[in-house]
Order: sequence, then C-alpha cells, then structure tokens
Amino acid sequence: MAKPKLALYWAASCGGCEIAVLDIHEKILDVDRAFDIVFWPVAMDFKYDAVRAMEDRTIDLCLFNGSIRNSENAEIAHLMRAKSKTLVAFGSCALEGGIPGLANLTTRDEIWGYVYKGSPSTVTQNGGTYPQTHSAMPEGAIHIPEMWNTVKSLDQVVDVDYYIPGCPPQPDQIWSVVEYILSGKPLPPAGSILGAGDKTCCDECTRERKEKKLTKFYRPFEIETDPAVCLLDQGIVCMGPATRSGCGALCTKANVPCRGCYGPPPNVTDQGAKMLSALSSVIDAHDPAEIEAILDQIADPMGTFYRFSLAHSILRRVQKS
Amino acid sequence: MAFEPKIIGFLCNWCSYTGADLAGVSRIKSAPNVRVIRTMCSGRVDPAFILKAFHLGADGVIVMGCHLGDCHYQEGNYKTIRRIPFLKRLIQGFGIDPRRLRLEWVSASEGDRFAAVVNEMTEEIRHLGPLELQVQQEEVLQPVEHR
Amino acid sequence: MRQITIDPITRLEGHGKIDIFLNEDGEVANTYFQIPELRGFEQFCVGRPVEELPRITTRICGVCPEAHHMASAKACDAVFHVDPPPTAKKLRQLLYNVFFAGDHTTHFYALGGPDFIVGPTAPASERNILGVVRKVGLEVGGKVIEMRRRTQEVLKVLGGKQTHQVTSLPGGVSKGITAEEAKKIEEHCVWFVEFGRFTVQAFHDIVLKNKEYVDLILSEAFTSKTYSMGLVDENNRVNFYDGKVRIVDPSGNEFAKYSPADYLENVSEHVENWTYLKFPFLKNVGWKGMVEGQESGVYRATPLSRLNASDGMPTPLAQAEYENMYQTLGGKPVHATLATHWARVIELLCAAEKALELSRDPEITGTHIRNIPTETPTEGVGIVEAPRGTLTHHYATDAKGIVTKVNLIVGTTNNYAAISMSINKAARGLIRRGTPVTEGALNMIEMAFRAYDPCFGCATHTIPGRMPLVVRIREANGELLEEVRR
Repeated sequence: MAKPKLALYWAASCGGCEIAVLDIHEKILDVDRAFDIVFWPVAMDFKYDAVRAMEDRTIDLCLFNGSIRNSENAEIAHLMRAKSKTLVAFGSCALEGGIPGLANLTTRDEIWGYVYKGSPSTVTQNGGTYPQTHSAMPEGAIHIPEMWNTVKSLDQVVDVDYYIPGCPPQPDQIWSVVEYILSGKPLPPAGSILGAGDKTCCDECTRERKEKKLTKFYRPFEIETDPAVCLLDQGIVCMGPATRSGCGALCTKANVPCRGCYGPPPNVTDQGAKMLSALSSVIDAHDPAEIEAILDQIADPMGTFYRFSLAHSILRRVQKS
Repeated sequence: MAFEPKIIGFLCNWCSYTGADLAGVSRIKSAPNVRVIRTMCSGRVDPAFILKAFHLGADGVIVMGCHLGDCHYQEGNYKTIRRIPFLKRLIQGFGIDPRRLRLEWVSASEGDRFAAVVNEMTEEIRHLGPLELQVQQEEVLQPVEHR
Repeated sequence: MRQITIDPITRLEGHGKIDIFLNEDGEVANTYFQIPELRGFEQFCVGRPVEELPRITTRICGVCPEAHHMASAKACDAVFHVDPPPTAKKLRQLLYNVFFAGDHTTHFYALGGPDFIVGPTAPASERNILGVVRKVGLEVGGKVIEMRRRTQEVLKVLGGKQTHQVTSLPGGVSKGITAEEAKKIEEHCVWFVEFGRFTVQAFHDIVLKNKEYVDLILSEAFTSKTYSMGLVDENNRVNFYDGKVRIVDPSGNEFAKYSPADYLENVSEHVENWTYLKFPFLKNVGWKGMVEGQESGVYRATPLSRLNASDGMPTPLAQAEYENMYQTLGGKPVHATLATHWARVIELLCAAEKALELSRDPEITGTHIRNIPTETPTEGVGIVEAPRGTLTHHYATDAKGIVTKVNLIVGTTNNYAAISMSINKAARGLIRRGTPVTEGALNMIEMAFRAYDPCFGCATHTIPGRMPLVVRIREANGELLEEVRR
C-alpha cells in the first residue's frame, strides 16, 4: 500500500519550524518510514513544477510554515491548498503572521526607503533604486515576486484545516500531533488548534502568584528578579495571561517574561486586546493622572502585546497617511 | 452626500442606558448617530468589542458607565477607567486618532448630559471625517491564483 | 537566447532562484542569482525597546538564531555602555561554541557534504545522507542525530529554548548554571570533541585521499580570488564570538582590522533592482561589479575566509588540522571555494574544543551573571561570526532605550556577490557548446552555492532515493525547447 504523502513548505519563514521538526531527533526516521515526503525545499530537491504536475488533493498532509509576505508566498499557498487534502498552518507565522507580521506597523515604502536608500551602509547612485518584479537584462527577462504592503497569515489567503501554534512549535508537541495522525484515530473538527493546551501559559508556569495590585512596571534589564515569584507581580510585563499554554513556560523558567509566541488563548481573537484588558484589571489606581503615569511605564504595547499576532489581530495593520 | 458619523455606544445597564432612556422619554433632542449596545456594566466592555467596531466600520466608539463609586457591581468601572485610556493609546499605536474613542460617566438621572455628550461626540467625529481602514482597501488589490 | 531557470534552489535556508542564459553557441552568456524576499526587520525593529531585540532578531533565522541573539546582545551591551560580568560572557560563549559545532555538523553531513562526500557525479540517489552513511558507515547517521540531540539539550539549558534563545539581556544573562548542569555539559563537550575528530578523519578518508576530489577542489571553475574577512582575537586567532574584524587581500596581506564600532568605515552595500538582497563590498576598494581580484571590493566571509584572515586557531587539535590544510593546498590564502568544507570541519573541532574548555572553567558556575545598566543608552554595534559569515548588528536608541535605528549586515549577505560569481564561473566551466545540459552539471552548479552553507543545515532526515529536479530550457519568447529531469 502506498504511503501517505507529506509535504512541508516555508513561505516568509526563518527556518525555525523546519529545525523544530528535525528536533524530534530519531523519530524523524519514523516519519520517513510512515510517509512519502514529496516536497520539502529546505531539504530536498523537488521544485515547484513537480508540485504543479501533481493531481489535486494527492498530498495527504501539508505542513505550511511562514507568513504570506509576497506574491510567491500567496501563489504557493494556493498551490499547496489545491494539491493537499489536509493543510496545516504550522507555527506562529502561518497561524497569525508571526514576527514578520510586525512589518504591519510600517509600510513597504518605509521599509524600502530605509533598506535601499536610507541605511547608513547603503550607497546609491542617481537617487537610488527599488526592486522591480520584472527586469529586462541584456540577455533576457528575469522576475522576482511582488512584495506586499500587508503581511497576512495563511488563513487570510486560503482555507486552513488545522493550526499548530508556537515559535517554533515545541518538538514534543510536534511529535504528539504526528503520532496522533499516524494512529488513525479520528481527527478533531476542522479549524482546531493542535499540539497545544487549552489554558494560558500561566497554568504551566511554576512561579508563585499572588492577588495582583500593580502600581509600577519595570523593563526586564532594569532589575534583578526573584526566580520563584510571578514576573508580573514583580512589575515585569509578561504575556502569560494572554498566551495559550503548550510550551511548558520555557521563557519564565529561563527568568525572562513570556512574549506570547503560542498565540492567544482559547476563545480570544485579539491577543493584544486581551493583554491590555488583563493588565487594566490589575493596575491598582483610579485617579486618571496616576493611571496615565503607570501606563507610561509600559513600553511599546503594540510591539509587545502583538509581537507574534499583529497580522491576525482585529485591525491587522497600522493606518498610515 | 455629507458624511454622517457612525458611532457605536456601549452603555451600562444601570446608569448610562437608563440615562439615555431618560433623555428619550424627556424628548431631549440629540444626534441620531450613536447606535447603542447595552451591557450590564461598562467593565463588561471587552477592548476587542471596540476594535471590532472600528474594524466593521464605526467612525467612533463611546463607552458610558456609572460615576466612580456608583457602579452597580462595585468595581466594574474602576477597570473601565484603566482599560479605555490604555486602549486609546493602543488605537493611537494603530494610527487611529484617539479622539475616536471616548469614555464618559452618565448617571441614570443625567438625560441632559447624555444628549450633550452624544451631540459633542458626533460633531467631533464629523470633523475628524470617516475612518477608512487601509487593510480593507488593500484586499481588493491582491487576489492571487496559482499557476 | 536560451534560458534555464532553477526555481527554487533547494537545500539551503531561505529562497532563491538562478537564471542561466545560453547564447546561440550553447555557451553561458550570463547567470543571475536572485533573492525573492525581504521581511524588513531593520524597519520594524524601530520603536521596540532595545532589550527585546535579542529575542526579535533571532527570527531572522531559525537555523542560526544563536548568532543573531549574540550579535544583538553585544549590540545592546554597547548601547547601554555596560560590560557583562565574566561568568555571563563565558556562559554566552559556551552557548555559542556548542551551537557552532552543531550547526557545522548538520551542514557537513546532510547538506553540502553529501555532494562532496559521495561525489559530484555520483547518481542523484546517492547524493544525500543515506549515501553518506553507505560511504562512512551506518553508525554515522545515528551519530549525527546524537550530535544534534546533545547540542540542542545544552542550548536549551543555556538559552532557555532550543530555537530562538531568550537568555541574554543588556549587561549579562538571565540565568546561570549549577555545578550539576556544568558537569553534564562538560560530558557533552567531551563527546563533541570526539565527534569533531571523527568528522575531520572522515573528511580525510573520503575526500582528501581521493585525487579526483582534490583536483576538483583545486580546479579553476571553483576558485575565486577575493578578499577574506573574519573575527580574530588579540593574537589574530580565529574567534567566533568576539574580537576585531580582520580583512586580508587576495594575496593574504592584512588590508584592514577594525573594531565593531568602525564597521561603516569599512563595509558598504550596493543595490541592484533585480533582486531584494543587497551586495556588501569593501568601501575602501570600491564596487567594481562582480569581479575577482585586488581591485574589486568583493569579499568573502566564510569558514575558509576566517581561516585565511587569521594567523591560526585558538585550540590545539584544530590548529594542527589548520596547518595540515594550508600545507596540503599550497599555502595561505586558499581561494578554492570547495575547500570551505575542510575549513568548516576544522572550525567544528575548534568550537568543540573551546566549548569543553569553557565548561571546565571554574567561573562558569558563578552567580554574578548580570550588571544592571546605569548609563543612558545611545548607540552600539555588536559583531559575531555566524557560521556563514561575519554578522553585524548596529542599533541606535533614544534616551529611554527605545530603538530609533537598526542596521544589519547578515552572514550570508556578505557573500552574495561571491556566490553569484561562483555560480557564474561554475556554469561557464560546466555548460559547454555541443554537450547537452546534464543533470550532473546542474548539480555542480548548485555545489557552487552550497559550499557557502547559505544558512540552513538539515540534520537527520533521510532523503529517499530520487531527488527530482525539473529544468525547463526555453527560448527567450517562452517556447519550451527541452526539459531535463533527474
């Protein structure tokens, strides 16, 4: 009997999700035994044309990581959707835009203006030039994709069957999903989040927590912290309350605050709004001037509360005039 | 056609919704631009509701609750008094003028105040103009198919 | 003209495509190596608190996040004018050297290595980790997996997470290690050194004892005479973590040696509008296009370049092999691109030795791991050697430490011009008039870029026998002339 076909693809990605897959170590041999890997550009030499030549829906499982940042990312997203029975948004970028989604705080023009002209190491002639999608070289025409202004998650471009959160998804979680799929047990309803918990990161954190009454915030470099006590209690902004469980609270174990890479908790659509709401509940002040003074101490809410999820938030991007 | 602001108003059941009712019953004239959504407490208003309102086309959002000390649930409006200023900063981070989001305390007996606030905010939003969110406009430009 | 497009190139980190144009005689008129993506970290990091950048910039690359984490941490130290305590520096260096050894392992055994170990004209079905295993023995596959497992374990202890480390802060690190953890790490490092020696020996047995391979290494098609760049310590020994950047000219003479803060006086970036990636070049030589030689500002920053730019290795076993390499290849500097694989295994061994040394250092279990910054933050530059090349992070902030400017020159980017030239040269050497474009020739063109280890190591998956490559050769008007498959 033919083995089920597996594909792994990366769009605007850093490669960390591929490494996370390899971090299941010797279990990768079980994956290889169980599946026929038909497309995996980082590791194997199948080209796009090989996928285009396949019949629709012949790939049984496609793990798609990376956000949608340009026309090629989107084209291959559509391609993989057409050729795959089950398409999984793998990792934070595919699920919610990830850190590349922070580009939605700026614009393509601003990025280009800096990268190709304004950066201190960049030299330009005749006022500088920007990338062109089509270039007529002396020998012939060559092309590069069009970079979009707004970064998107995978499900903002195609229908997605399942999601595996994390930046990257932790290897033990990845293996638990693969193991479940190989077991042949019925899959959960389409749209489910796999490989993660259904509580918040605080649930996995072993630090001691008290009832919160916060009047002061610190930045992580400003103070020494007690490794046994909740970081938020000590005035360090920690995204734990607004982040889905599943990673094992690795960051707080390493004495740094959670930054939200497992995405919003269950039933939350906007991770930033949830964190804002949570902090507002426990700030202990009701005089407007006092409140403003405390809020002044919270650095960069946009880049902290939406570090991974900006592209998937309700407003998705910053308005620029 | 002149721009008519669309404003979503989250009014708490015990104070401000009753105050709005009083304005109506007393036939105090106020601009019709605020669509009212009743919540039990201003503390119930999740910031995500407000962001969703903007996303769905609201030009302004107003949250009304009981005066401090009068909250039917004791502490609900204390959370509101932190959430809304914080959210104003956040929407400013999104490039939305923070004047489009407003917090006012309106008691059950303040029908006049309700009308005044509604009129004032409607004029302010009219002056600011419609909020046209860029990402919706970009959607149209980027359909893609695969080869 | 006929146009061959390879899209996407594979077995590397990131995306890229190669276009080869052939004239009527069937010879290469030109090649273009395009990078189709840009994410914009330099712009969207503006406005972030600077201490968050060691956790944000790791997402530039999930294969070498440690490199970005460290360059960023050092840039943050510089911005805050704070010097971490000795234990913190040693913990960072221990993490870094363990990472380095692991990263070079994955490239050598599973990525660039198979082409070399198994042979460039071997059947496609052999040019993968399975072929490597058949060549060097069954235990090797298991050993490579174990190497990755051990390095990732150490990285989790020292970095908080295996991928996308979190433990560096301005002024130090967020957690130290216990005596028990240090002992475990030391055990791992002993194993790493053994593995390093094993890998060097494997390179000797498979590659150096094969005259054909040595001829290939020394061939003109795979040689580019450029400047070489790498970090060195005060004795001009290779240092992956710290020191000054040293540049030697194609003849091996020192051309420049600069501190991180002075990088802008030495390196500039050139823009072409047919690709998203810029071309760094030596400012004081100038951009003369993609050409080799003393008069061209093109330089390389690779394991081979690091060895060229240094006076030796800081550890004994690696130093012995360094001397061996230069003796075998006819002296310094070496410009044979494929010799980068040799330099890489020498560095693997060096990193293992260095890690072992650090794991035994009594200060490694120290409890003073962070100096809280007291000065107003301004601006700073942090440089490390990423496995693929010199990595520069430059930040400026306001008085509160909120980022106002970021400039990055990233490992593989240094080599963009050189890789393009290597592809061009290999294509010209291998595609000749009259002979059909063979699958082997196409693979050898890919070998030209894989030697640089463009940012990805793929460790232990087993690749099935066939690695299909479809290349369509079209007329300039798009008409399909020929399809080559493997």
